Amino acid sequence: MSTTADSNYVIETRHLAIFYGDFKAVTDVNLRIQRHKITAIIGPSGCGKSTLLRSFNRMNELVPESHASGQVLFDGQDLYARQVDPVEVRHRIGMVFQKPNPFPKSIYENIAWGARVHGYRGNMDELVERSLHQAALWDEVKDILHRSGLALSGGQQQRLCIARTIAVQPEVILMDEPASALDPIATLKIEELMEELKRNYTIIIVTHNMQQAARVSDYTAMMMLANGHARSGTVIEFDETNKIFTRPSDKRTEDYVTGRFG
Amino acid sequence: MPGKKEAAQGTGYPVRKEGLRKRRRVGETIIQSLLFFAGFFSIFTTLGIVYELGKEALLFFRTPEVDPWEFLTGTSWQPHINEFGILPLATSTFITSLIAMTIAIPLGMAAAIYLSEYASHKVRRTLKPILEILAGLPTIVYGYFALMFVTPLLRSLFGNDVVQIYNMASGGLVMGILILPLIASMSEDALNAVPRALREAAYGLGATKLEVVLKVVVPAALSGIAAAIIVGISRAIGETMIVAVSVGAGPNFTFNPFQSAETMTGHIVRISGGDLSYDSIDYNSIFAIGLLLFFITLTLNIVSQRIVRRFREVYE
Ligand SMILES: Nc1ncnc2c1ncn2[C@@H]1O[C@H](COP(=O)(O)OP(=O)(O)OP(=O)(O)O)[C@@H](O)[C@H]1O
Ligand SMILES: [Mg+2]
Repeated sequence: MSTTADSNYVIETRHLAIFYGDFKAVTDVNLRIQRHKITAIIGPSGCGKSTLLRSFNRMNELVPESHASGQVLFDGQDLYARQVDPVEVRHRIGMVFQKPNPFPKSIYENIAWGARVHGYRGNMDELVERSLHQAALWDEVKDILHRSGLALSGGQQQRLCIARTIAVQPEVILMDEPASALDPIATLKIEELMEELKRNYTIIIVTHNMQQAARVSDYTAMMMLANGHARSGTVIEFDETNKIFTRPSDKRTEDYVTGRFG
Repeated sequence: MPGKKEAAQGTGYPVRKEGLRKRRRVGETIIQSLLFFAGFFSIFTTLGIVYELGKEALLFFRTPEVDPWEFLTGTSWQPHINEFGILPLATSTFITSLIAMTIAIPLGMAAAIYLSEYASHKVRRTLKPILEILAGLPTIVYGYFALMFVTPLLRSLFGNDVVQIYNMASGGLVMGILILPLIASMSEDALNAVPRALREAAYGLGATKLEVVLKVVVPAALSGIAAAIIVGISRAIGETMIVAVSVGAGPNFTFNPFQSAETMTGHIVRISGGDLSYDSIDYNSIFAIGLLLFFITLTLNIVSQRIVRRFREVYE
């Protein structure tokens, strides 16, 4: 246990830097993510948002040559410590990807898959139904549970992926532009869903959509390529969403959120 | 500026044509007809082969000494006394292929999974070409490997009185070694083609590497893997030189893999290697065997396609 384990914060990073080989993609990030809140990460393309997000559940290390320095504390425990099992980390910190990626299995199997992997012994039918309910998808698919998950629309697929993530009961859900491939109505559904999920989960979302960040998130981290570092991104401002969008303290944040960036 | 004559007011493009009329694209037409010809040619050759096989086989079945039912169910193949029962040849083909596939499928799959999911980039880059070279060695080399190395090994393991000098086990084992790289290489391609997003989805749920491989990647690659296995089986059934050299030179109806026997293909080479006169029953009989081989492979392909269509997972 760390000295400053504060139960208000689920994830805390300290001087976190992430590399692809020799290339330092993200540098010196110090964040504290509040429990049961939605934290948005915004910033221009290529500044390292996805890289940072993926470092929170050690997905990055699936990229060969990628490594991190500094610390990511999860409930006060360093995720990158030697004795930590990345598989366990990803069980506790789930992820929803930009492009919906359901398994090429039935809708039912998509949900049951993760549960089985983790040795779920309860009633599988109930779990599937509950997860689909939570992901606001149940009514649309309850009669076609045995059809392929790929036969759904993009928005439905994304909600299926969210349901699949919820089914293994993580504590944190990471979402990388979960609505970027969706139309406004499907996007709205996902946003309402996040609002709903907030009660039980902590959500961190990367988004390019300023309105979305303003609408759904409680806190916002603004990322930008750092001055003085060669193409290395960092968090330049982190505050309540409200404040970021109305009176940011950094000029670059103001320019970005008001659309005057670049 | 080069090509200025043709450039329309410095856009860099040739002057635009008037109207939207269809243009003639000669290059595309030529390529299209070449492609059509290539496709047509392969179908035409196949039909030609079937025709030739069928014609000669028909002559065989027309001769009064031959009874088609005898042919399919007879347990003795002795052309000189007019006994044409295919079973001794067919069982030998079946047994050698079975032995080959019990070696090639599990080891080939394991190698494919290792190469695609576990091996480092560098290891894969060196191993894959080696596999492909192995698959391309002349099969006569494998045949003598069976006869000179594997057979003595089997005999020293199980005893000279149990294992005959020519035997099905040795040919089958080496055939398995021949087919292994083929299956490994094709399956590895299939595994590699599974999108990374699918693997990430599974990892993101907290699955271990083995779970990701066995429960997501392999099922998603199933149709490609099945194709590899079918190609492997067809190769085993059709393989000739290895069995001709190491399995034996005489039809023998037995299920004992340590005894000598003769496969359908082995029989064909031996018979056609001698001074066989055209229009003799012997000569025609090899076309009947050939036709049967053709149908076995065809059935195998159709049946397995059915099976795969039912079980595969399509990932777009
Ligand atoms: N697998 C990788 N290998 C090498 N470099 C990478 C890899 N993934 C990302 N990068 C680099 O890291 C930097 C940050 O990329 P990242 O994908 O995190 O940006 P992003 O902020 O998510 O961008 P976008 O908004 O376009 O998704 C970029 O310079 C990118 O080129
Ligand atoms: Mg990104």
